Amino acid sequence: MIFPTPSGTRDVLPEEMRELRAISERLLGVFTDAGYGEIYTPAIEYEDVLQLGATGVDPAYRVFDERGNVLALRQDMTVPIARVAATRYEGVEPPFRFCYMAHSYRAVQPHRGQMREFLQAGVELIGAPAPEGTAETLTMIARSLDAIGLADYSIALGSSALLGALLRGFGVDDERHAPVLQELAMRDFVSLGQALLDLGLSPKDERFIADILQTRGGPEVLSDLPGEAEQSVLGLRQVYERLSEDVAGRIVFDLGLNRGLGYYTGAIFEVLHPSLGAPIGGGGRYDDLLARFGRDLPAVGFALGVDMVHLAIAGQEQ
Amino acid sequence: MRKLRIAVPRGALMAETLDLLESVGIDTAEVRTNDRKLLFADLGIITMRPSDVPTYVESGAADIGITGKDVLAEQSSKSVYELLDLGLGACTMVVATIADDDSMEEALRHLGVVRVATKYPRTAAKHFEQTGRQVEIVEVKGSVELAPLTGLAEAIVDLTATGTTLRENGLVVREEIGRSTARLIANPVAYRTRVTEIDALLERLRAR
Repeated sequence: MIFPTPSGTRDVLPEEMRELRAISERLLGVFTDAGYGEIYTPAIEYEDVLQLGATGVDPAYRVFDERGNVLALRQDMTVPIARVAATRYEGVEPPFRFCYMAHSYRAVQPHRGQMREFLQAGVELIGAPAPEGTAETLTMIARSLDAIGLADYSIALGSSALLGALLRGFGVDDERHAPVLQELAMRDFVSLGQALLDLGLSPKDERFIADILQTRGGPEVLSDLPGEAEQSVLGLRQVYERLSEDVAGRIVFDLGLNRGLGYYTGAIFEVLHPSLGAPIGGGGRYDDLLARFGRDLPAVGFALGVDMVHLAIAGQEQ
Repeated sequence: MRKLRIAVPRGALMAETLDLLESVGIDTAEVRTNDRKLLFADLGIITMRPSDVPTYVESGAADIGITGKDVLAEQSSKSVYELLDLGLGACTMVVATIADDDSMEEALRHLGVVRVATKYPRTAAKHFEQTGRQVEIVEVKGSVELAPLTGLAEAIVDLTATGTTLRENGLVVREEIGRSTARLIANPVAYRTRVTEIDALLERLRAR
């Protein structure tokens, strides 16, 4: 007889578990040494509380409790931590530093190797505005990956506000941005060009915006930008200037970076390793999220996929 | 670091794709003379079915790839960057039915639903949904033209370049869903970690 687990879930046996445990403990050690307190929140919450996050990723697994309330498995840790910070630290002076090692749950598409249940190691820095808070978070990413001996990783850094700012600069009102933002989220630069032309932009202006969004590289790409665009990457430059040399060396600017999640407001990042085809982690600023829970505080955070980090280490040892 | 790896589609797009790569300085002679070989590690070329290109590129098994917009539209959940319209392999996604009677209209009028045979189930379902018609998709793997001739379905959704195959099987185009040309796609990690190589290739392709 075979008793399978649902697709997108898996058992971890002792040999692999030892390695995962070693990685997890190192990561948590770096976080807590830097003053981030480990936090636990329930895996299952009221669905309408999770929906307040408006992440763009809806909770995928819902049940009714004995009173008819809808409960759901959390889709990430950022929303529950925003809830905790906004509601349980009333009267306490920010910033708050939290870290976690926790599972979250998402829907999967068939035959894509996606996980329904995945373990993330992350930090949330609440009440620390840009650029200092962002620089601290990027430094935490580098320190934690250095601690587990991962070489060759890089951190893509972009801004979720850049495209909107560029469009406003060309006189396109916010309510007409959606089709262009949608194509950027789909990573489709061909359709993005068409969407810009459909807004009435000239081919020259279309090329101007598309070229900026396809700009990737070191800090030199920020200074090579035309004057009008330079203003919109000022925030990224300020973050970069606050990084120590070794962390700065990991940064790849990606001016078209898009994370899909709805709560990001400024700098966003993805952690990349050449041995894997998908990012091993990511994060960004979410300066509006806490206000939805009743306390208006700027915030920034990141999460690393523990399985992905483990695969990257295995990939580099080969 | 290994050579930048390009996924090249076999089949109708292959010859044009190899010409294109040749024109930007990639040596493809060995690929042309070696029809059965799939992996050319020294050249950084892998050949495969066009519909597999997004899968290899998404996973990072190939860094970049070339495939039709029809394939990308059908597999739109694949996380790849679509960088450039290469203009090759122009064709059209169409709805076609038997020439002399419009069985699709008849089915919709009579039953309120039409059966559509296709190799592109998501594209077909989306088209009928967006045009407010109920549809039952029948997925087939080849020779879609057979379906309306044998009563498997009233209509087909398929890709056509010249319309010859449709005509020869007594079918006519009733609706155009969209145009398709070949696209250059890139893996999301390679796009950020192999910037110099990918941008150099992009620039040469744009300058053509």
